[in-house]
Amino acid sequence: MKILVLIGNVPDTTTKVKFNADKTAFDANGVQWIINPWDELALTRALELKETADSCIESIVVANVGRVETESTLRKALAVGADEAIRVDADPKDAFYVASQLAQVAIGFDLIFAGIEASDYNGAAVGGMLAELLAIQSVSAVSGIQLENGSLKINREIDGGSQTLAMNLPLLAIVQKGIAKEPRIPAMRGIMMARSKKLTVATPIEVEPLTSILSFELPAPKASCKLVAEDQAKELIRLLHEEAKVL
Amino acid sequence: MNFDLSEEHKMIRETVREFAEREIKPVAQELDEKAEFSYPLTKRMGELGLFGMYLPEKYGGQGSDILSYIIAVEEIARIDGSQAATLAAHNSLGIGPLYYFGTDEQRMKYLPQLCSGEALWSFGLTEPGAGSDSRGSKTTVELINKEWVINGSKIFITNGASDISVGSTVQAVSTMPDGSKTFTTIIVESNTPGFKRVSMHNKMMWRASDTAELFFDDCRVPEENLLGTVGQGSKIMLATLDAGRLSIAAMGLGAAQGAYELALSYAKERKQFGQPISKFQINAFKLADMAMKIELARNLLYKACWLKDEGRAYGLEAAMSKLYCSEIAKEVADEAVQIHGGYGLMKDYAVERFYRDQRLLQIGEGTSEIQRLVISRHIGC
Repeated sequence: MKILVLIGNVPDTTTKVKFNADKTAFDANGVQWIINPWDELALTRALELKETADSCIESIVVANVGRVETESTLRKALAVGADEAIRVDADPKDAFYVASQLAQVAIGFDLIFAGIEASDYNGAAVGGMLAELLAIQSVSAVSGIQLENGSLKINREIDGGSQTLAMNLPLLAIVQKGIAKEPRIPAMRGIMMARSKKLTVATPIEVEPLTSILSFELPAPKASCKLVAEDQAKELIRLLHEEAKVL
Repeated sequence: MNFDLSEEHKMIRETVREFAEREIKPVAQELDEKAEFSYPLTKRMGELGLFGMYLPEKYGGQGSDILSYIIAVEEIARIDGSQAATLAAHNSLGIGPLYYFGTDEQRMKYLPQLCSGEALWSFGLTEPGAGSDSRGSKTTVELINKEWVINGSKIFITNGASDISVGSTVQAVSTMPDGSKTFTTIIVESNTPGFKRVSMHNKMMWRASDTAELFFDDCRVPEENLLGTVGQGSKIMLATLDAGRLSIAAMGLGAAQGAYELALSYAKERKQFGQPISKFQINAFKLADMAMKIELARNLLYKACWLKDEGRAYGLEAAMSKLYCSEIAKEVADEAVQIHGGYGLMKDYAVERFYRDQRLLQIGEGTSEIQRLVISRHIGC
């Protein structure tokens, strides 16, 4: 059995977001890149499944769509324990474009993990699109996955409770928080081994993206806090009426 | 010339930083307060492969270069001096001499266990009456009936008395056949009769690291426990200290980085006279000086590591790195406390721990005075 984990290359979650002059693109200068947190949890769960005593998993492959500078993110996935990596050499233009590129390399896998969304653009679309393109079943919002004697049990968080499903393979699981406890920290041995693991660079196919970005806006800065002296209740009520307009 | 770190070095930095932030930071203050050595953290450092990083895989190492190891020490020291002390001492002083001077049999016997983090090893050099003047050692060793018999004591020995400290490399005075005195280094396992280890308490710094006094009272070990050759003790000591200086320098660099980051973030948040105190030139310039000193220290230390990794002489640069990194750690930690004002004196703020922990760095593994002596000899004074 082979598992594929989709890996998004996203800015570190503490990055101060800036855009270019005409506000049509993210300014990546000086940005630290990490594995998309949901993908990292997915990879952690895939590794846990492989390590169980009766595991039937032969290999875990990670894949992304990105330029050469995203390889360090893939190498980290290899350092954590993935067996090999595939990079489709293209800029990830939109969800459909990415899913279409991944569909070329996501063939022959029994189980595919996709994070529910990426922490940069929060599109939450690649997983579902890829399943459609591959014509395999998918299940969304997966928060638990067990593999026992070759059969798959899936947990999903639903409004007010949870749901347990039995699923057949092949399957694309769109996973959310809870799929694994904490992402793993690679050991030095893993980092040393990562450099010699196979990383295949695939040529992209011709696909037209379905969307184009008109502009980005940063949220309005938070207004400063106004302090009203304790004996000025009338002033407070006036401000709540006239400025905050909440009364 | 190229100042870029390799992808691998960057990944090691990120990884160790993540470990230190996630697993050491939440407990560092409490361990310091209780002066408690952390067995779980030591084990975790072993699992991550931080012990014996630069050793070949056959001995349980990771086959990395020295710079990788130094980056790891720096990143741990950025969060906690005590854990960095455990790491640096075990690697440079515990594992180092056994690896560089041990026979293959000795290496195979001890190193795999020491690299796993399940056991620690120490280097017994300093004595109550022999600090900077290490040749003033009084501990003696004599070969009697195919056994080395050791008598004397050692002090301030990091990783010497913990429950998982399984032995020590001990330097002692031996007498050559012609009656002359020389230094010889002996491997002593912790369970050897006549070998007593006592934890030292009430330290000002590195409170969560293990520091010991070692006592040898007719302590007998087999003849094959000789490390290197008879009379090679001084050479083993000097080589060990050269390498050890790089890791103490890394601790200084990491401590300076950690204290600087605390000061910068505090200065940006703390408001006085209606604005963040980082906006006052007096503080802004202090922070600028800190950043510059850290940059200089890092460049100097990484160059020394590069020389060692290239197999070139690095003794001068190692002494310079140890001296400079430890001295700027003092300056940066001092100003970091100043920027924190009264809060910098409270245990609720980590900066006071950095202020205490850095103070060892100008003393341990060759004082600042000894480093200046080493440098002055290198430059021909």
